[in-house]
Amino acid sequence: MLAQILFNLAFIKPEIALTMTLCAAILTDLLYKNRTGLVAGIVLGGFAAAAIGLATQAGLSVSVFNGALAIDPFSNFFKMVILACSSFVVLFSLGSNEVSAMKSRQGEYYALLSAMALGMFLMVSATDLLVMYVTLELSSLTSYILSGSMKAQKNSSEASLKYLLYGAFSSGVMLYGISLIYGLTGSLNIFTINTVLAHGGASSPAVLIAGIFLLVGFGYKISAVPFHFWTPDVYEGAPTTITAFLSVASKAAGFGMLMRAFKVVFIDTGALGTPGAWSLLHGIDAQSILIVLSILTMTLGNLVALWQDNVKRLLAYSSIAHAGYMLLGLVVLGNDGFSATMLYFVIYMFMNLGAFYVVILVSNNTGNETMESYKGLGARSPFLAVGMAIFLVSLTGLPPTAGFIGKLYIFAALINAKMVALAIVGVLNSVVSLYYYARVFRNMFLRESTGETSLIPISMPTYALLLILLVPTILLGLYFGPLVQFAQYSVAMFGIK
Amino acid sequence: MAPLNYYLLLSAFMFCVGVLGVAVRRNAIIVFMCIELMLNSVNLTLVALSSFIGDPTGQILVFFVMVVAAAEAAVGLTIIIALFRNKQTINIDEINLLKW
Repeated sequence: MLAQILFNLAFIKPEIALTMTLCAAILTDLLYKNRTGLVAGIVLGGFAAAAIGLATQAGLSVSVFNGALAIDPFSNFFKMVILACSSFVVLFSLGSNEVSAMKSRQGEYYALLSAMALGMFLMVSATDLLVMYVTLELSSLTSYILSGSMKAQKNSSEASLKYLLYGAFSSGVMLYGISLIYGLTGSLNIFTINTVLAHGGASSPAVLIAGIFLLVGFGYKISAVPFHFWTPDVYEGAPTTITAFLSVASKAAGFGMLMRAFKVVFIDTGALGTPGAWSLLHGIDAQSILIVLSILTMTLGNLVALWQDNVKRLLAYSSIAHAGYMLLGLVVLGNDGFSATMLYFVIYMFMNLGAFYVVILVSNNTGNETMESYKGLGARSPFLAVGMAIFLVSLTGLPPTAGFIGKLYIFAALINAKMVALAIVGVLNSVVSLYYYARVFRNMFLRESTGETSLIPISMPTYALLLILLVPTILLGLYFGPLVQFAQYSVAMFGIK
Repeated sequence: MAPLNYYLLLSAFMFCVGVLGVAVRRNAIIVFMCIELMLNSVNLTLVALSSFIGDPTGQILVFFVMVVAAAEAAVGLTIIIALFRNKQTINIDEINLLKW
């Protein structure tokens, strides 16, 4: 037993690296109270070590710890997205006024970031409902604290209380679903659950109810409508760095877990079909539920974003809408849909983090995130304004940016699966989204600034960081072959073709 | 020993009381207690099912749920205190700076 555990430890090197980072960050923070740059450096170093650990695991496909975790190309892909996003967020935080206003608590902030990254790493690997629940809570609990980390601000603590109440409620409902599934199938391992369900071991209405309860937990994590109520409030109240983190990494982890659970539990492994396309277990119509969920998520996210006057809140609704587009990839029930969603995540990471980075830089200067403060940005800082414009064009999904390629692959997968109507709904939604992104363009370039008119100073590291986000947002729109191939390769999950 | 159904019905009832409490109560701490009630009803389900199936996994999950609930309570109360310092209220109807 012990030998087996020690043997398995060799497969979770990235997670071990993150755990050690967390301990080192906490200790450093205790020993050197005012050296927060040092803690940030340690966390970045830990992320680099985790990246090396990930690289050594490329191509592996194993199940470790008695089927609790799967180390496979699928989880590695999501771990890369999460790790890249976490590193960007640490770099953003170093230049954020909101974070530096936390003074001596900055060390805890960075330590919690690495704890959250650890939770999300385990989430995308989990193949056991117990591990899924515990890791979901690990990443949720840290994000409640992080979103309330500007203690003196009313907005921030209100956001964190709302997040906590919605989060705890959703995970409670999810847990009830887990207990029902356990009762119906006698196991918490998703592969065993699939086998029991495939042999008709449980009545389908009961499984459906349990599945919907589980979906509450997943839906809350990816902020799908109708489980999205926390999203706008938390995104607006939390420090912008954390908002960026939640909108990309947390969503990626939620999607990774949802995709794995959905595919492994509901797929009918016995059914013969064309390679890459799969059939669902008889009697459980998971596809219709996902279709309704994705249409609701896209439409509500885009429509409510139309009348937002706070850019952070606007981007919150936009991120809800993007979760809807990504759910479309799941609806396809095929590997090409899954790979389209995964491709979308990489692109979404660059463009959404970029947009939030501009929001951070503007609010460093103006002190708020209202639409008003974007008036005349084109004159005050051409680089920021053009950068923001490119990120927003990409979020809309117009060529020649990366966002276009992401949407193209999702809609192509839908059309290949003969779901043209759904693809049309998606395209119409993108048109609606153009309207509210265009309001930001109009304020930036066509309106005169009402207050301050001086230039916004930008330091060299800021330039570099913004370029690192900007270049892929354009480049991936023109040269995307290798990334697409990588996403298609990474669809492979442990135990399933 | 009482039949399994009794346990399941009791825990489903407890779960519903918890959900109802979250929906109707306005004091953040009481809402939080209702969430804990939901978690405990799940624990009861899991223990009952686990002993009915004769498989210890469910009882192991109960330990994890208890630990998570404790961590959640610690974080939750901290957040409620932080909010109270800012706003002098924990009534969730008055916590309304952020909407639409």
